[in-house]
Order: sequence, then C-alpha cells, then structure tokens
Amino acid sequence: MNETQLRALVEEVRRGALPRRRFIEQLVGLGLTAPMASMILMHEGVAQTPTPLPYLGTKRGGGGTLRLMYWQAPVHLNPHFASGTKDQDSCRIFYEPLGGWDAEGNLIPVLASEVPTRANGGLSADGRNVTWKLKRGVKWHDGRDFTADDVIFTWQYAGDPASAMLSVNIYRDVKVVKVDSHTVRIEFGKPTPFWAEPFVGTWGLILPKHVFEPFAGAKSRENPANLKPVGTGPYRLLDFKPGDMLRAEANPTYHVPNQPFFDALDLKGGGDATSAARSVLQTGEFDLAWNLSVEDVILRQLEAAGRGRVHFFEGSDLEFVALNPTDPWKEVDGERASAKSRHPAFGERAVREAMSLLIDRKSISEAIYGRGAIASANFLNNPVRFRSTNLKYEFNIEKANQVLEAAGWKRGPDGIRAKGGSKLKFVFQTSVSGPRQKCQAIIKDACGKAGIDLELKSVVAAVYFGGDFANPDTYQKFWVDMQMYTTTMTQPDPQTFMEQFTSWELSQKENKWARRNITRWQNADYDATHKAAQAEIDPVKRAALFIRMNDLLVGDQHVVPLFSRPRPYGVGAKLRPVLSAWDNTTWALGYWTRES
Amino acid sequence: MGGYILRRCLIALPSLLGISAVLFTVLALAPGDPFEELATNPNVPPEVRMALRVQFGLDDPVWERYVRWLASMLKGDWGYSFVSRINVDELILQRLPTTIVVIGLSQLLAIAVAIPVGVLAAVKPYSWFDRIASTVAFVGFSLPTFFTGVLFILLFSITLGWLPFVYRSDISSTGWQFLWDHFKQSIMPITVLGLFQAASMMRYVRSAVLDVIRLDYVTTARSKGLSERVVVLRHVVRNAMIPVVTLVALQMPTVFGGAIVTEQIFRIPGIGSLLIDAILRNDTPVIMAVTFVFSGLVIFFNLVADVLYGWLDPRISYR
Repeated sequence: MNETQLRALVEEVRRGALPRRRFIEQLVGLGLTAPMASMILMHEGVAQTPTPLPYLGTKRGGGGTLRLMYWQAPVHLNPHFASGTKDQDSCRIFYEPLGGWDAEGNLIPVLASEVPTRANGGLSADGRNVTWKLKRGVKWHDGRDFTADDVIFTWQYAGDPASAMLSVNIYRDVKVVKVDSHTVRIEFGKPTPFWAEPFVGTWGLILPKHVFEPFAGAKSRENPANLKPVGTGPYRLLDFKPGDMLRAEANPTYHVPNQPFFDALDLKGGGDATSAARSVLQTGEFDLAWNLSVEDVILRQLEAAGRGRVHFFEGSDLEFVALNPTDPWKEVDGERASAKSRHPAFGERAVREAMSLLIDRKSISEAIYGRGAIASANFLNNPVRFRSTNLKYEFNIEKANQVLEAAGWKRGPDGIRAKGGSKLKFVFQTSVSGPRQKCQAIIKDACGKAGIDLELKSVVAAVYFGGDFANPDTYQKFWVDMQMYTTTMTQPDPQTFMEQFTSWELSQKENKWARRNITRWQNADYDATHKAAQAEIDPVKRAALFIRMNDLLVGDQHVVPLFSRPRPYGVGAKLRPVLSAWDNTTWALGYWTRES
Repeated sequence: MGGYILRRCLIALPSLLGISAVLFTVLALAPGDPFEELATNPNVPPEVRMALRVQFGLDDPVWERYVRWLASMLKGDWGYSFVSRINVDELILQRLPTTIVVIGLSQLLAIAVAIPVGVLAAVKPYSWFDRIASTVAFVGFSLPTFFTGVLFILLFSITLGWLPFVYRSDISSTGWQFLWDHFKQSIMPITVLGLFQAASMMRYVRSAVLDVIRLDYVTTARSKGLSERVVVLRHVVRNAMIPVVTLVALQMPTVFGGAIVTEQIFRIPGIGSLLIDAILRNDTPVIMAVTFVFSGLVIFFNLVADVLYGWLDPRISYR
C-alpha cells in the first residue's frame, strides 16, 4: 500500500464510506499501530467522534474491593522510573497523563480538557508545536490544585539527565512553555509527526510540583513520594509494601463524576504465573491477573472452572528468527560477526528463502502456544486480523528443496547440502524455555528434510539477555548462524522500534554491543527511508514509509517473523474492565465496574 | 558465661567477613546486570544505562566495590536497591517479622510433633506405632516443600476451597476476625514447613532416645520403682535432648532455605521471597544484605545451641 492508496482510504473515511474502525484495523494489519492510524485521521481533519468510554456505574463507591493479582510485584511508584509493566500499571492507579490511548487507538483526554487538533488551534501547521488545554477543577490527593506548573515541572524533572529517569529521551529535547494557568505549549524544535508522546500514555504521567520539586535532579532517589504517590487518579494510596502489595481507597475528590465504582483496591504481587491464573480463574480470590504467560492448554483447563476467562491483549510482541548476515565463525579486524564480513550461506538469497519456507509458523503457533500466538509475516506487527497484502508466509519443504537445488546446493553423502566448500550446517540459538526448545526442534526437523543440519543451542535467559559484553553467548553478540527471541514495541509510534535495523544502530565491538541492531542487517534504502520518516510530518506519507521499511526488511528474508504474542490476562467472570492494548492495563481504572 | 558469649561473637566476625567476601566475588562473577531490562527498552538510550552503571559503581574493579560496600556496611549504611532505589535496611525490616513468625511457628510445630512422636516410637521400638511413624517421617523428609506446598494448595484451596493460597500481609478486618484470617492463611505454609522439619527431627529424637534408654542409669531408675512416665520424661528425654538441640540449631539454614521456597509458593512477603526477587533482577545490594542477615541468623542460632548445652548438661562448662 502506498501513499496514494492511503489517501484514498482517508477520503473514504471522510465521506463516511469506510467506517473509522475499519480504517484503523486495515492500517494495523499493515503493521502500523492504532494510535498512529488515529493520528493520521486527526491530521487529515477527519474528526474523532467523541465516543465516551463505557461506564456502567451510577455513583461513586459502593462496588466493594477490586482485587488485582500481579505475579511480579511492583517495587516502587515513581512513574518516570518504572521499568517494568508491573510498576507502570501500579503508578497508573495514582497518576494520570493528559491523554491515554483506548483500544481502538483513539486519544482520550484525561487531564486535558480536549484533544489538540488543527481545528481547535491545538496543533500548529508546521508540526513544531502542540498546545494542550488542561482540565479545570482537578485536585491532587493532598487537596492542592492541578495547574500548568505541574506539567512544566514534570517536563523539567523527567528531562533532567541527573534525575536518571527512563523517560528522559521523550522530554530531553523538547521545550514546554506555560501559556496560562491551564494551558501549556510543547515546542519540539523540529517538525514532529508523532506529537502525542510527551504527557500521553505510560510515560506521560504528570507529577505534582509541590511534592517532587524538593527532590529534583540527583536527589530523586531520596523522595518519599517514590513510595507514597500523590496523584490525581481515581484511587489514593493507603499502604504500599515494595515487592509485595499495595492498597488504595477511592479518591473522594476524583475529577470524573460518579467515579470510581470500587471503594477500595488491593494489588497483590509475587509468586508464579500459573498460581496467579488459578487465583482468578479457579478460586475467584482475585478479579484480574496480569500477563499470564502460561501454556494455553493449562489456561483452558483453569477456565473450565467457569470463574473467569482469559483476555488476549493483541500487543506488539513479536517472536522472530534472525539469519545472520555476517560470518560468526571468522574474525575480521579482530571481531567475530563483524559487520564487514558476509555469511557464507545466508549471504545467498536462495538459502534464506529456503529457511523461510522451512519454518512452519502455523503449526508452531497452534501446537505450542495456542491462543498465545498469531502466526505472522510482518515484522512491524500488530493483530493480524487483516493481513498485509504485501507479504505472505508459506511452509513448503518440497519448494525449499527445489530452491536449494536450483541454486546449486547439492546433497553430499551425509545428506547435507553443500556448495563450494561450505555446508548448510548451522548453529541455532535461543534462550532456555520449554516452548522455545520445542519450537527449535520443529524447525530442525523440517530443515533436516531439506538437507540442512541445525545444531540447537539454548542459553540461560539471564546470560542470553544479560547484556554482559564479556560473555560470548549474549543475543547482542549473535555469534551463531541463527537466533530466535521476542522483540517488544513499547511505544505507540514505531519510529524507535524500526530504528533497530538501521546501520547507525549496529551492535558491534566499538560500542560494546550496546546498540540495538543486533541482527546486523544493513540496507541503504532502509536507512534512507527511516531518515525520511523521522522528518516527514505528513502522517499519511510517513505511514507509507513505515510500511516500506517493513517490506524491505522482511522481503530480504534475513529476518523471519514467526508470530506475534498477545498477552493473556485473566479476568473474573463478573468484572467489567476497560482495557486497551495501547496503554497500561490500569489506564482507565475509573471506568471499571463489577456486576453484582 | 558473658565472657564466653563475647568471645564467640568476636570469633563470628571473621566468619561473617569471609562469607561476605565470597558472596561478593561470586555475585560479581555471575552473569547478568541490574539494568538488563533497560538494555531491551528502546526508550532508554545506552548512554543513560552506562551513566547509571557508573553512578552505581558497577564498572569499578570487584575488590574496590567490595571495600566500598564493606566500609559503608560498617558505618551502618546497607546501601540501596538498584531496582527500587529504596534503602535495603528498610526493605529487610519490612519483611523480617513475617519470616521470623512463619519460621518460628513452623519450628514450634515441628518440635511439638517430633518430640512426642519420636519419644513414643523409641520407648516401644519396632512396634506398630514406630513403624507407621517412621514410614510417614521417611515420606515426609523425602518430599520437598515446593511439592507438598503445591499439593496442599490443590487439595485445600482448589478442591475443597477451605483455605486461601495467597498470603496477604495486610488484612483489613479487625479483632477476632483479623486473627482468624491470619490463622487461616498461615496454616498451609506453616504446616508445610513444620512437617518437613518434623519428619527429620523425629528420626533424630527417636535415635537419641534409643541411645539413652539402654543406659544403666535408666535401668537403675526403673529398679527404684519410678513410674515409666517419670523415667522417660525426667531421666531419658532430658539427656537425649542434647543432640536434638544441636540438630534444631544446625538445621536453621535448611529451614531458611525451605522458607525461601515456601514463601515464593504462598506469596508470603518474607525475606526469602525478597532474596529470590533480588537474585532474578541481579540486585546486588539486596542479595548481599539478605544473605548477610541469613548468615548472621545461622551464626546466632549456633551460639544459642551452645548456650543451651550448658543448661541441659551442667557438666559442660564455658571457658
């Protein structure tokens, strides 16, 4: 799909011929994110119909206690230093951003009074500034008023490298100006196509200036508010034990009328995923369990108790196999798998094509992961309900044999194909994990039938993902022929995610293998397209550029996507949560209710 | 006596020092990095991660880090967690009471079961009671706590639905209801841990009593016409207790080890589960502090055992 086709689609939505939801689904199918699709419509002036989130409650309180089970416990409650989703979700109970992303990728105002658009003067034509109007009458948990000063302070605090916050990248290079007591303007300094990143979603939670100011910069660690949040959210903290549990009560001065529904909230952490699933699906002790990474067979057994069901969050975690473009067995300039070298077999397109044909994505995802995997042909990937028309995947041993034969790889006396002194014998590594080893075995079996011999290697996760640059077995080094792991897109905008295949991100000796292009795939066209996307402010053109990057990458077949991995959540039968794959689990906690 | 305890405490210092040095080196050599999560987070530029490593001194040589850790430890500064940036002593103090209560109660349960059963089994060796008790004990200490724990959960929480299997440190109810709720959620972890201990302890009690019961002074006591009850309780059990006390004290490390597993299964917020989390996240200051507390407790219980000897057997003197 190119720019012209995208524009035609936008026109159809404008005329009302194509439902908005369907448009977003199509773009998601092309590997873009729903927030991105919805921003295209906003930019093109197709107004977002203000569909309010469903809320079944009629008054504040009276709903009893909401009990959440996280098998990893939150360890602190500073939203800008929250490294895991467990901490981010916990912070979101207390803090709120200016806006959040709903399940369809619509930007929903939270602490803002409206979403900035070109029509209401919120967005500048040159894409350099965004003006947010803040909601009035919002109070912090300690009774102070929420104003523009808090937003300005959050920017200063998070953007200061001395505070060592994880959101520093988002706030470091922007400037935030106070227009009046309830209006702020973000100045990006350059045309910024995806403007809804500062103060929106997971990394956008606003901090109270009066609580955090005495502990800005290097003193950030000593702030008691890291454990005792003072936010604007629907619940306020009663008690927090790091690494164990937190308890909260309804905020009596919450700025949304008749919310929250529950009187109190308990979040218990720790243990293991299977028993967390039990506590919701089988015994009903808890209302919701987070990220149940348990085999689907077991989840189905637990669901049979009828106390709850499993919801699958179609996020953007992608499991893939990388075929090394460089030679891991020879040293060039004192470095194995140097970017200057070329893999003797995978350097040849026919071999990569055969490998792709030998990976039975459908059987692997169905037999091993069940509902926990959706086979995919795209790298930049989201739910594949509407599959990209550009790329397809196929499993065909016959065809793989033909391709190899035609390319001159002949079977030797041992049944393994060889050509000009190099043999199709590869080392295939991944982390130690039951499903991954089964997956390796299935691929090895199919390869064996095509005269390719795989030696399977599995590395303990702590080492494999450990990032220790002295260790030869890390995935960053990639000193084998093939490897398999999951990559996660943590932001609604794919720019940073797709940067992991640009040549300036090459993970190699000179940067202690700390950069993100671990596969070491390079392509001048891809680099140029990514550079163009960074500066392109027309969202339609930009979307087309990302689709092109995806096609370039997957089309070259050094990267073989296997499946996207939706995250399973256990939800009690009576709970009515409002969830979204594009934001935290607790992003709309005020809207949650329970049937009596 | 006071001098003896003081001397023992002084002797304990070099062992603690040795333990800490070995631990620190092993942790430094082990793979992994507390900022692993950041490495896979594209939001965080590698420079921020490198800066944090420098700030936490992770790039310095091992001995330098050890000396620095030791120096601040001596000043009473336990450091702070890399992961949560909270002071380690705070984290441990929050969790230590729970662990002590759970381990203490399970030890009491173990003693309450093991001593009577062991003594009865020894008084009538190879009787039916002895055979059944010994078989059950054998099964008991062959089954690890992570197995019995899950078995208990399946039986009592899932099939019967009697007991909750998620331990909650803050129960909102008050008064009797509060005690009852705490009791209900503690039964399973305490029983699992207690019975595991009781099984091996019972075997020791039995053999210790068997050793004593054949001695001449017991025959003398019987021939004096003392009732069997008095003979066993006053003359046999007291003397048989010396090896048992040693065992109870020396088994404390095993109990703590078992507690780590049990705490994880039942989600008890004790220092055992703190240790597991810290290990999984490569949070060195927390791992060091928790293992340090564990080794301190082990040394302490050894001392307690030695002091108890003197009370049980006046012939042992402290010099």
